[in-house]
Amino acid sequence: MARRLILGLFQTLTVVLLVFALTEALPGDAAVALAGDQPDPARIAAIREAMNLDRPAYERLADWATGLLHGDFGTSLASGRPVSQYIADGFGPTLLLAALTLALLVPLGFGLGVLAARHEGRLTDRLVSSLTLAVYAVPEFALGVLLVTVFALKLAWLPPTAVGYGTDLLSHPAVLVLPVLVLLSRPVCSLSRLVRAGMVDALASPYAAHARRYGVPGARVRYAHALPNALAPAAQQLARTVDWLLCGVIVVEALFVIPGLGTVLLNAVAERDVPVVQGLAVVFGVLTVVLNLGADVVAYRLTPRAGVAA
Amino acid sequence: MYEERFPVLHRRGFLAAGTGAAVLALAGCAGGGTDDEAASGDGPPKRGGRLRAAFAGGGASETLDPHLANLFADVARAKALYDKLADYGPDLAARPRLAEKWEPNKTLDRWQVTLRKATFHDGRPVTAKDVLHSYRRIADPGKAFRAKASLEPIDLDASRATGERTIEFVLKRPTAEFPNVLAAFGAYIVPENASDFDKRPIGSGPFRFVSFAPGRSAVFRRNDDYWDGAPHLDEIEFVVANEESARVNALLGGQVEYAHELNPATARAHEGRGRIEIVRLRNSAMQAFCMKTDRPPFDDRRVREAFFLIADRQELVDGALSGAGEVANDLFGKGYEYYASSLPQRGQDLDRARALLKRAGAEKLKVTLDTSAVAAGFTEAAGIFRDQAAKAGVTVDVRTGSKDSYWSDILDGGTLCCYRSGAMPIEAHISQRLLTDSTTNATKWHHKDFDAQYRQAQSTRDKSRRAAVYERMQRRLYTEGGFLIWGFADWILGTARHVRGVETKAPANTLDWARFDNVWLA
Repeated sequence: MARRLILGLFQTLTVVLLVFALTEALPGDAAVALAGDQPDPARIAAIREAMNLDRPAYERLADWATGLLHGDFGTSLASGRPVSQYIADGFGPTLLLAALTLALLVPLGFGLGVLAARHEGRLTDRLVSSLTLAVYAVPEFALGVLLVTVFALKLAWLPPTAVGYGTDLLSHPAVLVLPVLVLLSRPVCSLSRLVRAGMVDALASPYAAHARRYGVPGARVRYAHALPNALAPAAQQLARTVDWLLCGVIVVEALFVIPGLGTVLLNAVAERDVPVVQGLAVVFGVLTVVLNLGADVVAYRLTPRAGVAA
Repeated sequence: MYEERFPVLHRRGFLAAGTGAAVLALAGCAGGGTDDEAASGDGPPKRGGRLRAAFAGGGASETLDPHLANLFADVARAKALYDKLADYGPDLAARPRLAEKWEPNKTLDRWQVTLRKATFHDGRPVTAKDVLHSYRRIADPGKAFRAKASLEPIDLDASRATGERTIEFVLKRPTAEFPNVLAAFGAYIVPENASDFDKRPIGSGPFRFVSFAPGRSAVFRRNDDYWDGAPHLDEIEFVVANEESARVNALLGGQVEYAHELNPATARAHEGRGRIEIVRLRNSAMQAFCMKTDRPPFDDRRVREAFFLIADRQELVDGALSGAGEVANDLFGKGYEYYASSLPQRGQDLDRARALLKRAGAEKLKVTLDTSAVAAGFTEAAGIFRDQAAKAGVTVDVRTGSKDSYWSDILDGGTLCCYRSGAMPIEAHISQRLLTDSTTNATKWHHKDFDAQYRQAQSTRDKSRRAAVYERMQRRLYTEGGFLIWGFADWILGTARHVRGVETKAPANTLDWARFDNVWLA
């Protein structure tokens, strides 16, 4: 596991360096982006100087990395506010959405998968399979627009956006319904299909048949013997999903006006607000590494024979 | 490490309507005009209520510092909290605001400005000192506030307060259009000791500060002591939604009462259907192709004229602006003060264009047209013009550049590019873009005699004689300038049906646009 951890650290470091290099490679810098349609060269030069952008890239990288070691994410070029505040502000809504989605995703995904596997080849299975495939094929943006049009604008059951509520989403729970539904739609499909496939395989395996021959009840075979086999790939899929949810689901945030991490990232990239982009890259990098590490541990525990470590 | 903080200026340029570009591609018929019927009149104003207005914003890095205003959302907020000495009327002529009157000397290089009796939100009077402090802050050489270039004609060291409410502005040269400087974008008056703009902004505007969360919401309350009469609304809340569909949905769903910056497809879908009101602000955004007049092939005026004749303006308006706009005549500022409306409307004439190109020895001409998704309709306009040019035997090669560095890329590079501009006085358009020493001279229009004409206009006291000089300058730009101005786009807003008092004739950037002290909820 120590090797896996060191690899994780190395991965995070690479992400940070890569992000710095890529942001540098983008055409124009924060000064040009800020000057917008008034690209007066003198003004751009003044902005560049005030932002310290006239210093060589390696110096700026070194400064930033030193700050990071002291837990200082730096300050935004665009506003002068600390980057940590950007991250803290954006984290709340994103975490809330991710937690809610996950809370519904696990029972739903597993439930549907088990249901389909139990009725393999029969009507229920085919219904679940075709439904999940169909929903999976709809892009989030289209699904979001569709849901808003029907449930918010036509039926007026739910508010169409979370505009103006900011991070205070919990006191207006109705605004969360549609975003969570959109977020849930695709992961539920992929998860249930994975669970179904894993269980179908396991149920058809010699050891399940053996257990049945010994008179072990069907439910026990399904849940105690077959399901754990489906868990390993599902756990890894789940880690990827959580990662996807946390690292900002930009489409959902934009559509429903939820100021999460995705929105922060999108704005920061366009503004060439390098410290914010870098701060977010560190957070995302660490999150991804930790989550995948966790998933690997779980997978290893469930199927020790497979030897799933990195 | 970034101790020397830099003032915030947001990336999206002022009139940049980037998000709508894709939807704008849906070409359509010319939009029917309903600009007169929308939400004006209808009984006496009613007092009370909170209006929520949705704008595209700048995300978590927004501030309430009025001198940093760069986006529509910034300006709308600054306008609610602060005042300028003057502001633009619908014809882009300066109208007095905090300044009660202004009086030049004979040579137009000294101006006496008298302030009206007005107070800041903390009860202190607005004085000459506050004005000078605000202007000096904007002009600080170490900063890059947006209005800095506009205030350049003022010699701030020599200017002084001659009384509590009188200021003598000393100018570096005669400036007949000096009131335009007072109305300049972002030239707001802040109190002398103002510091914490985000936590406790104090202005003299129609609304007082209540709360602000960057990128989310700003709430302001009615200022009962406002010199121009207290607003009808109790409160105004500005919310930020960058996605156009989110703004429309919030409006349709009753979450906001005012949605700024809608695209033509949305307007057509809801115009006259009774759910919401659509307001079209005409002549708001100039759309052009910009030819660099200092390099081949456009250093030959016959080639420039040929390009003027290649453009089918109606087709460009219909295709690139989805019909939400009107054709232009290669001149900036249709309908504004000093606009040369007497010049004949130019149309497509491919035969003459081909003949001109032949005479210029530019047959089988190949040009690269720079474009980018930086503003609505840019990439569509480029595609349409390419096809139009092909009919005249000109091969246009469309090159799509980066959105975030576009304006700085095209300033000196390339030969032909897509261009747009928000509303400003014709004088400002000339001084910022068409003089030899202009900082954003994208057509590279360098003519000493043209510069001299501008100086002549600025030192002419008599208005009709000044208008005649402007007319001569515009005639020259019309025949051989570098701006192929093909259209003026409407600026589209949506309001809830019970919103009244939204001005329908104010181009974006003018006094009555995004102005909420005259608005009420029926």
